[in-house]
Amino acid sequence: MSGSGEPVGPPREIVVTVNGRRYHEAAPDRILLSDFLRHRLGLTGTHVGCEHGVCGSCTVHLDGAAARACLLLAVQADGAEVHTVESLASGDRMHPLQEAFREHFALQCGFCTPGILMATLDFLTHNPTPTRTEIAEMLSGQLCRCTGYAPIIDAIAAAAQAGAE
Amino acid sequence: MKPPPFRYVRPADLGEALVVLATHGDEAKVLAGGCSLVPMLNMRLARPEVLVDVNGLDGLAEVHAGDGTVTTGAMLRQSVLERSPQLRGALPLAAACAPHIGHFVTRNRGTVGGSLAHADARGELPLVLLTLGGSVLAQSQRGQRAIAAEDLFVYHFTSALEPDELLTEVRWPVAGPGWGYGFAEMAQRHGDYALAMAACALRRHDGAVAEVRLGLGAVADRPLLAADAAGALVGHDLDGPAGDVAVTEAARLAAAVARPFDDLHASVAYRRHLVGVLSERVIRQAWLAAGEGA
Repeated sequence: MSGSGEPVGPPREIVVTVNGRRYHEAAPDRILLSDFLRHRLGLTGTHVGCEHGVCGSCTVHLDGAAARACLLLAVQADGAEVHTVESLASGDRMHPLQEAFREHFALQCGFCTPGILMATLDFLTHNPTPTRTEIAEMLSGQLCRCTGYAPIIDAIAAAAQAGAE
Repeated sequence: MKPPPFRYVRPADLGEALVVLATHGDEAKVLAGGCSLVPMLNMRLARPEVLVDVNGLDGLAEVHAGDGTVTTGAMLRQSVLERSPQLRGALPLAAACAPHIGHFVTRNRGTVGGSLAHADARGELPLVLLTLGGSVLAQSQRGQRAIAAEDLFVYHFTSALEPDELLTEVRWPVAGPGWGYGFAEMAQRHGDYALAMAACALRRHDGAVAEVRLGLGAVADRPLLAADAAGALVGHDLDGPAGDVAVTEAARLAAAVARPFDDLHASVAYRRHLVGVLSERVIRQAWLAAGEGA
């Protein structure tokens, strides 16, 4: 496979609903959804770490399912509904999962937090009462270099328990 | 870490997708879940002229139960394979490997057909399809053909698919009466590429092994069947002392057939050791499971 390196084609008109708001934007074929969210829409809560699907910082919801925004092209989100970490809090009121993270000191630098929150919310819809081992396995896809994960597991377990009650 | 330029094509139907593939040949690359291809684009390891996005095509994620076979569309997401009660019941080996494929989030996008076409020698799904003796359907403008798993995986990252062919269906042999399955892998962290993995499909009859297939993954340039190892098990009651001898011998033969490589993470000797340990584990799992069904 040998790409010519020449710019290929004009940007494509896409319509994407992000956090309930519809955007009509022109997106070049090669722009990643993560960069589109950050640089075109100014939604910088979605963090960009490894850009090859390993670190999980850019996790968003695409049509309700958690997905790596760095492994999606913006043009693939045409017609889709995307939710980012900005959709969680309402005004000054944090989402219960965010509240649990604060309560349990489940972040230090906070770089990984948006991705972990978005991954966890999808995880809990499929497994509302996970064991600590199941939480740890889910977190294998979300890199945190500060906390050592223990407080993150505490926060998720507490949020799950609160949600189940 | 951004994709190089390419032309993005989103065909409206299968026919159009096949036209695009026929037109561009090996300058085109099919975009399924993007879990392997997009990292390769971002790291500039792949520079296709044309990306053919098959995510919008209808009918490529359906499940059909047939006689002794379940057919899944190539675009079935790995998370569905993991969670669907119907598929868990019919394809216990595939369901058992599913939690090991990448991570929770990547399985939402990653597809069954994408994993098979990618033909990563460390992939769980290639190993499972090979162990079950399944096949895939490849379609092109020239027609369609079934490719047996044994012929599909040619080399690490190389399948038998021609550049104009699209993998559209996967045909999985269904768990029948008396069959049991086992799957095990060793990775440094959950979700990492396996250092070694093994899968077993075993049929018990009259208290002994009647049929068995043992597959090995991540220890050669493609998934392997350990036929001699399987042969050492046939006719034995694995619960007795003679069974222990047979399982030990099978594990030894499996380790002998592996052709692992050496890298930063593990030596050849360690990987070969793992093949023996994991083989024994999956044979035992499959024997127990086959006993429960009998």
